[in-house]
Amino acid sequence: MAAVTATAAMSLLAACGTSGPAGSSGGSSSKGLTMWALNDQTILKDSVDAYNKDHPDAKITLRLFANDDYKQKLRVAFGANQAPDIFFSWGGGALDDYVKAGKVDTLTDGQVDLLRFTPSVLKSATFDGQVYGVPANGLAPVVLYYNKKVFKKAGIEAPTSYDDLLTDVKKLKGSGVTPISLAANSKWPTLMYMEYLLDREGGSDVFDQIASGNAAGWKDASVTAANTRLQELAKAGAFGDNASSVSYDQGASTALLYTGKAGMELMGTWEYANIVKAAPDFAKNDLGYVAFPSLAGGKGDAKDIVGNPSNFLSLNSKSKNKSAALTYFKNYVLNDSQIDAYLAAGSVPPVNKLDAKLAAVKSADDKKWLTFVYDLVQNSPNFQLSWDQALPSGQADPLLTNVDKSFLRQITPEQFGTDMSKAAQ
Amino acid sequence: MTTVVRTRRPVASHRARPATGRSGRRRYSGLLMAAPALLLFGLFGLVPLVGVLVLSLSRWDGLGSIGWSGFANWTGVLTDGATWQALWLTVKVMVVSWLVQTPVALALGLFQAPRGRLRALFAVLWFLPLLLSAVAIGLTWQALLDPSFGIGAAPGLHWLAKPLLGSPSLALYTVIFVIAWQFVPFHALLYQAGVRQIPVSLYEAAAIDGAGPVTRLLRITLPQLKYTFVTSSTLMLVGSLTYFDLIYVLSGGTGGPGTATRVLPLAMYITGFQTHDMGRASALATILVVFGLALSLLTTRLSGFTRMDSQQEGM
Repeated sequence: MAAVTATAAMSLLAACGTSGPAGSSGGSSSKGLTMWALNDQTILKDSVDAYNKDHPDAKITLRLFANDDYKQKLRVAFGANQAPDIFFSWGGGALDDYVKAGKVDTLTDGQVDLLRFTPSVLKSATFDGQVYGVPANGLAPVVLYYNKKVFKKAGIEAPTSYDDLLTDVKKLKGSGVTPISLAANSKWPTLMYMEYLLDREGGSDVFDQIASGNAAGWKDASVTAANTRLQELAKAGAFGDNASSVSYDQGASTALLYTGKAGMELMGTWEYANIVKAAPDFAKNDLGYVAFPSLAGGKGDAKDIVGNPSNFLSLNSKSKNKSAALTYFKNYVLNDSQIDAYLAAGSVPPVNKLDAKLAAVKSADDKKWLTFVYDLVQNSPNFQLSWDQALPSGQADPLLTNVDKSFLRQITPEQFGTDMSKAAQ
Repeated sequence: MTTVVRTRRPVASHRARPATGRSGRRRYSGLLMAAPALLLFGLFGLVPLVGVLVLSLSRWDGLGSIGWSGFANWTGVLTDGATWQALWLTVKVMVVSWLVQTPVALALGLFQAPRGRLRALFAVLWFLPLLLSAVAIGLTWQALLDPSFGIGAAPGLHWLAKPLLGSPSLALYTVIFVIAWQFVPFHALLYQAGVRQIPVSLYEAAAIDGAGPVTRLLRITLPQLKYTFVTSSTLMLVGSLTYFDLIYVLSGGTGGPGTATRVLPLAMYITGFQTHDMGRASALATILVVFGLALSLLTTRLSGFTRMDSQQEGM
């Protein structure tokens, strides 16, 4: 969290040469490397430890950060030439900013063995045919979790179509629970609905057009239709009265699901590990999960998924020890023991030929979950990266703000497209 | 108390300045004394300020090279409805905070001022929020105000199970409440100190003249607190202009719901560090600086604070 006061933050701008991140983070000793990642990446940390054990002469110093301020910190560090040698990102438009500014090196198959990774995932770190990052953790498509006990009480089944979803919402509401738990205070969970609804309405082409820089794409009729659906769900009471106060970081939206106060939650696959940790009994007995429902009459393929294909590690073009970084990418990132560690944690790494490893997973619950995620990704014609990551970083805030306004019904479905096409110009 | 009687000096003498009589040496030593402060102020106050002003005339995404953009940022910022909404929210936070905090702080200050063990205990308890960081306060209140798992879940408090931070019409007032919770103790402390330094002789004289507690409060205590009031109000008004951290945390870093709590400092931060438009963010920062300067000049002018008249002349 930014504990700096606003004015101090601004004065950083003018003085970033002197008051950027502490010197220790930047230019390290001649052979050592620095690497930045998020502090929940404990498995990734093991890969660094393994590398350091084998390479005591060119060690990687890993610094871990909280999710919220990481992106800002990385940006300021690059602006001040104090960036780490290796950095963690979501790929997409944000990574492309760095690529366009010449801050990132391309990676070739010869250097880091790219062919072992799932091609649809590598797409998020590929710009103009060049790859700028290696996947470093699990696939994270967004799926619909539900509470089997709550569903049973309301006498409903997991929804497979949008119409089912609306019916379920009404029945759940009738049985006295919040139909869908949504952390709208954090805004990005609401965006997940918009991403899926647009894909189901208009197909993946609509957003591809927008992402390629065509601002008028926001005025497509299917964008309005997706907003109408979102508002329709909200009006039907799908998210209860309090969603806009629920913050994801406080864990409240997860808790609503496993305490039975809500029937469903739409969230990334990382939520599985959170639920297992917070409520192991619930995860074992009452947790259900399905893909996002299909939409009758929509142009989109019901097998399309959205979410975060993976996180990526990229190489700073100013790094003084690139060969060491490439060694780390090639031999330690998502290597055999890393793949096992991710599978054990309930996360599917984006590598090919995973079937044998999946078959060897011991826990039946985990195997069922891992296979579900793996099949979901393998069978999907399109895996759309979260819009706030896919678009140039300047559009992320207007996007999240307008999605929130549409959810709160402060703007009409038509207004959303108009505002977004204005912001994208 | 002392019995030294000073004669009332003419007020004008305070402002009269020696026209030319100052010796060069005195001027030199004065400069020398002020040098460290001036140097620090120049380095950390003026230099960044000029930098921000220059940046407001340029285009920079924080990564690439900086390009000249003339007044594009300024026309962009000034014609954007979001800027004016942020400014309006800032003024709203400022005025409502002042209206809420001043009476509460004054009442607490008056209560804490007399010596007494119980009062001291209360004073310590009230002081606690001031020791916490704004981020800790923000996270705590965010959890407390959660409609499903917060204080609204406690028996008897179900009326609090509302989307206090999530409703576009309530969020700003909820934020103002939490800000008040954090800062009232500080202002209460100011008032407490202010009350304690009022000479007892004034009250004794008033008591001899037959003044009751209400008269003493209205005729002695409150007038004597004039400068404490000015100091506290200036700090509140100018301080609320830059409230950022608490609102940032309470709104999940977005100034939401929608843009219901996106005050000017937060709009500036989001423009600069999330949208990476440093030019526009600098224009917003400049507006903030000008607004803050005007405000503090205005409060000190209007209140006569600059004249620094003693309130105890003749004592």
